[in-house]
Amino acid sequence: MKRFKRHGHESQRDRLKHELFQFTKTVEHGFPHQPSALGYSPSLQLMAIGTRSGAIKLYGAPGVEFMGLHDENAAVTQVFFMPHQVELVTLLDDNSLHMWTLRGHKGLSELLEIGRFMLTGPPGAPPSVTRVTAVLAHSSGELLLLGTEGGHVFVVEVPGFREMEERNISLDQVTSCVPDDYVGRRNLEHVEALQENPVNSNQVVIGYGRGLMVVWDLERHCAIRHIPATQQLESMWWTEDGGSILSSHSDGSYCSWSLTGEDDGEEEEKSDIPYGNFPCKAITKIVQLPTAAGPPFLLFSGGMPRASYGDRHCVTVIHSKTQVAFDFTSRIIDFFVVTDGPDHTGEPSALVVLVEEELVVIDLQTEGWPVIETPYLVPLHSSAITCSHHVSAIPLKLWERIAAAGSLQNTHYSKKPWPITGGQNLAPDPPQRDLLLTGHEDGTVRFWDASGVCLSPLYKLSTAPVFHADADPNDNMSQSAEGEWPPFRKVGCFDPYSDDPRLGIQKIHLCKYSGYLTVAGTAGQVLMLELNDEAAEQTVEAKVMDLLQGQEGFRWKGHTQLDVREEPVMFPPGFQPFTVVQCQPPAVVTALALHSEWKLVAFGTSHGFGIFDYLQKNKVLIKCTLNPSDQLAMEGPLSRVKSIKKSLRQSFRRIRRSRVSLRKHHISNNTKIQEANARLEAELAEMELAPVQRKIEARSSDDSFTGLVRTLYFADTFLSDSSHNTPSLWAGTNGGGVFAYILSVPPVERRADEPVTAQPAKEIQLMHRAPVVGIVALDGHGVPLPEPLETAHDLARSPEMHGSHHLLVVSEEQFKVFTLPKVSSKTKLKLTAVDGSRVRRVGVAWFVSSKAEDYSEVGLVFLTNQGDVQVLSLPHIKMQVRYPCIRREDVSGIASCVFTKQGQGFYLMSPSEFERFSVSARCLVEPRCLLEAPLHPVSPSQRRPQTEEASSTNSNARDTEDAESAARHVMEHALLNDEKVLQEIQKSLEGDQTSFTENNVKSAVA
Amino acid sequence: MSRQQQQQQQQQRTPIRHTDSTVEVKSKFEAEYRRFGLKRNSFGGFKEFYQILQTIHHIHGDDVLLEYADIHGDLLPINNDENFNKAVSLANPVLRIIITKKGGESTAYCTNSLQRRRKGLGLPGLRPAGSSTTLSKNKSGIMIGPPQDFRQISSIIDVDILPETHRRVRLHKNGSNKPLGFYIRDGVSVRVTPQGVEKVPGVFISRLVRSGIAESTGLLAVNDEILEVNGIDVAGKSLDQVTAMMVANSHNLIVTVKPVNQRNNIAPRGSKNSMGHSGSVGSGGSIGSALSHDSPSPASQSNPITASSIAEGDSYEEDDDADVILESDCLPSYKSHAPSPLRGSIPQSTSLPHSLSASAASHHNGGSAHSVRSSQESMREDGNVITL
Repeated sequence: MKRFKRHGHESQRDRLKHELFQFTKTVEHGFPHQPSALGYSPSLQLMAIGTRSGAIKLYGAPGVEFMGLHDENAAVTQVFFMPHQVELVTLLDDNSLHMWTLRGHKGLSELLEIGRFMLTGPPGAPPSVTRVTAVLAHSSGELLLLGTEGGHVFVVEVPGFREMEERNISLDQVTSCVPDDYVGRRNLEHVEALQENPVNSNQVVIGYGRGLMVVWDLERHCAIRHIPATQQLESMWWTEDGGSILSSHSDGSYCSWSLTGEDDGEEEEKSDIPYGNFPCKAITKIVQLPTAAGPPFLLFSGGMPRASYGDRHCVTVIHSKTQVAFDFTSRIIDFFVVTDGPDHTGEPSALVVLVEEELVVIDLQTEGWPVIETPYLVPLHSSAITCSHHVSAIPLKLWERIAAAGSLQNTHYSKKPWPITGGQNLAPDPPQRDLLLTGHEDGTVRFWDASGVCLSPLYKLSTAPVFHADADPNDNMSQSAEGEWPPFRKVGCFDPYSDDPRLGIQKIHLCKYSGYLTVAGTAGQVLMLELNDEAAEQTVEAKVMDLLQGQEGFRWKGHTQLDVREEPVMFPPGFQPFTVVQCQPPAVVTALALHSEWKLVAFGTSHGFGIFDYLQKNKVLIKCTLNPSDQLAMEGPLSRVKSIKKSLRQSFRRIRRSRVSLRKHHISNNTKIQEANARLEAELAEMELAPVQRKIEARSSDDSFTGLVRTLYFADTFLSDSSHNTPSLWAGTNGGGVFAYILSVPPVERRADEPVTAQPAKEIQLMHRAPVVGIVALDGHGVPLPEPLETAHDLARSPEMHGSHHLLVVSEEQFKVFTLPKVSSKTKLKLTAVDGSRVRRVGVAWFVSSKAEDYSEVGLVFLTNQGDVQVLSLPHIKMQVRYPCIRREDVSGIASCVFTKQGQGFYLMSPSEFERFSVSARCLVEPRCLLEAPLHPVSPSQRRPQTEEASSTNSNARDTEDAESAARHVMEHALLNDEKVLQEIQKSLEGDQTSFTENNVKSAVA
Repeated sequence: MSRQQQQQQQQQRTPIRHTDSTVEVKSKFEAEYRRFGLKRNSFGGFKEFYQILQTIHHIHGDDVLLEYADIHGDLLPINNDENFNKAVSLANPVLRIIITKKGGESTAYCTNSLQRRRKGLGLPGLRPAGSSTTLSKNKSGIMIGPPQDFRQISSIIDVDILPETHRRVRLHKNGSNKPLGFYIRDGVSVRVTPQGVEKVPGVFISRLVRSGIAESTGLLAVNDEILEVNGIDVAGKSLDQVTAMMVANSHNLIVTVKPVNQRNNIAPRGSKNSMGHSGSVGSGGSIGSALSHDSPSPASQSNPITASSIAEGDSYEEDDDADVILESDCLPSYKSHAPSPLRGSIPQSTSLPHSLSASAASHHNGGSAHSVRSSQESMREDGNVITL
């Protein structure tokens, strides 16, 4: 009987676990790592980005994001939307073609791969015959034209990928009719580009590498014209009116060819080398767009003088007399222009440029062509991310103040709204305001709005002005001299080169109630900042705190401390520093804690830790944790020699990379080089380590860095006796030591006058000596103590001070609960001894049941070195769930993970992207978007019959005109009014036609 | 203890406390405690010390064994100059000596002998450690085997339940300064399955450090395959995971190996049996000596490690609870600008147990009594009230 009951209880617990926990990777924030292709659909207003790792990402209006991954681990070299459809085609490095579609499902659209294709040549033909170099998605939506390295053009019917051999345009057919006077009838080389005549879809132009362009009639299957350019071809553009073709060439020239003449009397209308005189680099892409009144816009990438500006990455825009060479921060992948108007044929409104490290959008309709701020694809890594900190549920007041300070920094952006507007974001408004703070190598802290699907920049803080830096930030190279030629203008913010690595941010702590921020860095600097809405000129007070406390035999060989400016510095509105504590020796700050109620900040390095009273600007405590025999910690950064070697290697690699001039379909070569490099490196690493073996040894007190402070924690708990709670500070070290101090904080009215004192109270030395990575005090109910000021602001239940408190010590290997005030071990959970994994990141989170909003549990979330996310119950420290999250090889990803208070988390999946995940079944931030298929101008008769489900959001509507317009009407109505109605309609749209009409009536009535 | 003596001690104590060159010695013989100071540098060898103790405790006629408690709470013998010097050097701040009569009840030295002895108190006949303890007690007067002056460093366990081809070895790291001393590597293991021969990844011992514990035991060899760590199968685990597991269990490591040399395997006997293997810390033992132990002995129940206990995984718990906790208010108060002055004196009559002082953290100047929980408890359970 008993057994049965117990079983019943367990299953109930299991059900509860299901309601509380669920693992989802929800959305990727930031900029895709190594983008390799860009596509745009004017009809869908969607942009597609392919990456070297085979991912494909679609972006529309802010919040509208779709993501797909090819099974093949090959780079995406080209992306094309099928004109006026929801399908898109990708070409991969391995020569495979893939068709994707956006399919409606439960009222939301999702990106699905619906077909793949590999061109097969005649038996015995060399692979170059079928190696695709150019793709044209024909405007009929039924054909793909594939130009190959062998010079052939294959015609394939989509979506079924049926080869139409009879329509192929073979090289022989073309060469047979090349005019005799074309220079020696040389080999035409590969197909470099394919373009369709915008006014006559039966005509396409085939551009061969050697320079020859052939206008081909698809209907009659013959060449109409030959354009005998003699320079190596880079790209072509057929002008809007169909009257002329622009070609760009590898010598930095472009030509315009008029097609108005009836017969083969083609003529070179205009030829120009825009940055001429000296040899120029290739113009890789050229676009010309008409304007209603006045001269057209001409845009092209590349073409810079090889010797003097060959290393610049430029897109030049020429309109009337204005010419600007936009100078980007990294290699240009591709660009497109968004045009106005109902048919997207109107005025060019924005230039969208995808470069290797960021996306830049330039407003072409506002005077001066300012940059439009991107709502997504933000370059998180504009300077390398060194740490991150998440703050949940920001009070509105603070949010507004930060946003206001941020908006003052963004005055140089265009006021125009974001030009890419496809799809609808159906995600509910985020329930609260969340901030993600990232610390960067250049000493900046960036504040991101992490409430919703779009991670958008709010505010940027720079700590560099506090210090004398090696380089003066004022000698800005971007300031171009008057009359400089080419007319460069720097755009983009990617700048990974830090002048002074000591400025790097290592730890951040923000108090959301008081607006105090503390930021600690690589050279032992701890800055205290306060939010101020006005600009202020002030001197930052520097305090040196010697953590060695007279330890003998010490020689610091690391970097020197930063020089604090002694003169007053002008700080813009926002967070303004008022005090800086400098640890001596200036080792990297490894732990930081802020208590804004007691006005204390605690910090730790590899030498010890200290408490600073930032109200009185006084040191309260210094404790040296250094083991005198620990030479490594004494001397400085662990592997200086190695890191110099590494940085040298990296800079060489950078040079090499910039030298390799890339053409878009030559990515394969580049990736091959990189692969070879990677392989070499791996082999080298293996040689260094060989044979791979691991030493089995107990940790001892003599190990290196045992004194390194890993965690600091302020708690108001029972430390001296069980009847009086006192403020306390807890510090955990790398060697398994925990130090506890009783703090005496004077009452508020005397706080400014009386000193704060700290008294050592307890020391715990964990026998297993594993690094202590987390300390949490639990109240009488076993709930972690609230944050400082949280109860004061009525935002948390005040902690239970009657029952006995407990202390949870998290080491890399074990979780241990101790009683308080007499510290004795109560419960523990061994992790490493059982499964060999170690705790890397840990956080406390509240899990709300997905079924009942009033039921919640508090849990300890942690990430192991195996990349698993696990949850422990509190205070019983029982294992609840375990999910694989990050590859265990991804060490930097694991190290970068932060948890939110609601059971979500972020980690860097690449240097530029945060992956957002959720362990909570209730709290999810994921894209929920819908994309309607466009109503295309092509008449239904011309269309192939719709295959059952493809683009089902609108498939029914296509069948009859009436239903279509009705559906649109209802949709609009629904969108304006109620999301539920919309979902209902969506469901019915996916269902059969009859139920649709019924629903339609119902909603109309409603 | 005479009044005079007490005063003498107290007079001595104050200087002892605050000069590094003196060691405070606290010795216990049966129920009696004595305290005295010892010059660290000028003091002679073991013989001299032995005589002093005999004098102080008035036990001239008897042959006694000297033991001291090290920082891990282990009882270790003092029987020559070398380990005496070691004991003195480790004393921080107090050197605790326990004197027992030779020929009386003796123990072998092994992991946590202090606690084991304590735990064994209420359980006559179930001596938890030291395989020959009961043996020597029953046949008092005749000492068989070497245990009393030695310390157990390893044992073969669970012979009866393991396949003949496997060996479960327990390494006792605690208290000794010797390294475990081995390395592991990835490798390929050949398994015979019903489907035929199968190659699976495995973890192997790649190197033994000279005169490390692993080598000294002679129970582990290069290329032995690691199958389990403290009862947990390592199949499917990465080298790093297995390393982490071993390090996490290093205080009491039990590895199940498939020895590369299968000729020295022990055939399981009918009766429950486990092998205790004692080797001197200094000189390497050998498998031969382990095998020579196999007289049917009542020590069979002595070893607490069985497969079932491994599965539950809690028979080693005691080791972890030995976290050193320096309690409360007696830590010297911190003054932010000047280092705290040395305490002038300690309370005159205190019943506080003086610590075995696990704390190497002598930056607290040892000004007051550090208390180590384990020792405190052990004292209490021994039923001794400590008076001066």
